[in-house]
Amino acid sequence: MNAAVLDHHEGEGPRREPSTAPGHGTGGPAAKRIIVGYGFWVFLISDIIMFSAFFCAYAILAPAIADGPAARQIFDPNSVAVETACLLLSSFTCGMASIAASQRNQRWTQLALLVTGLLGFTFLMLEVHEFTGLLLRDYGPTRSAFLSAFFTLVGCHGLHVTAGLLWLGTMMAQFYAKGFRRDIQHRYFCFSLFWHALDIIWVAIFGLVYLVGLHL
Amino acid sequence: MSSRSNHDAASNIHGDSAPGYESETPEGVRAAVRGYVIGLVLASALTAASFWASSTHLIYGPGVPIALVVLAVAQMGIHLVFFLHITTAPDNTNNVLALAFGVLIVFVLIFGTVWAMAHMNANMMPTMH
Repeated sequence: MNAAVLDHHEGEGPRREPSTAPGHGTGGPAAKRIIVGYGFWVFLISDIIMFSAFFCAYAILAPAIADGPAARQIFDPNSVAVETACLLLSSFTCGMASIAASQRNQRWTQLALLVTGLLGFTFLMLEVHEFTGLLLRDYGPTRSAFLSAFFTLVGCHGLHVTAGLLWLGTMMAQFYAKGFRRDIQHRYFCFSLFWHALDIIWVAIFGLVYLVGLHL
Repeated sequence: MSSRSNHDAASNIHGDSAPGYESETPEGVRAAVRGYVIGLVLASALTAASFWASSTHLIYGPGVPIALVVLAVAQMGIHLVFFLHITTAPDNTNNVLALAFGVLIVFVLIFGTVWAMAHMNANMMPTMH
């Protein structure tokens, strides 16, 4: 009976549109790029879970201003708008660099990466400006639980952007010095995932921290 | 998007040449650029809507944070589809499953924390002043 069942399956299997996609049994192992991307994706998701814990802390501690400033008094909507525009555009130019790199076009790859880096740097400078402004007014992370949670959450994102900028510079140098080798392309693929994920986290920060804070 | 994922799937069949590689044709490049442009336009529109919602008086006040949450989640979806290329293609099933698990954990963490802490505050002993 088992044999009959097996025969039945074997007879039906190939006729039923065999999946030729790699990584699904009949198609053979998945491409290296898919596996590399999957591994890095798992890391990114763990990073997002870490950020969600900081979001929890912020959501709980936001009302605990301890006679210090409330969100509405210290957030500058114009600065946040420019920061958001910078990061969104840098995500776009990062995608353009992916396409240029897939075409092995050195000039456009470097140009798109340079624009990505400059936009990321502008974002970071605006954030540093905001933080130093708060610290100079004595609204540092020690002032209230709200400010502790705010500096932790937004500062952690800022540190990620800083690390991303260093990685970006490294990728520009590697594309220049080593060319569009397959392993370099894989590294750049991971970088682009990282950069786009940072933009997703910023979407949550500008919407749920800054805009909700400005409204309340 | 669909034309791009078709292209991806097609190029995957021929060994280790995944999307975004030298096999990219001029049409493939145009489709890829179009995908990013659509994503940028949609994300910009949702960002503008978020800033508008936070400053307008047209929306019922206590409803504004909810509107902002909805807009933020929508924009994250746009970013995932158009920038991170999370698709329904077979080479993406593992990524989608990992994402679904991550979203589950994030929801448990956020709603669990907010729910538990709200009840903690309500059940606190009155402070002695």
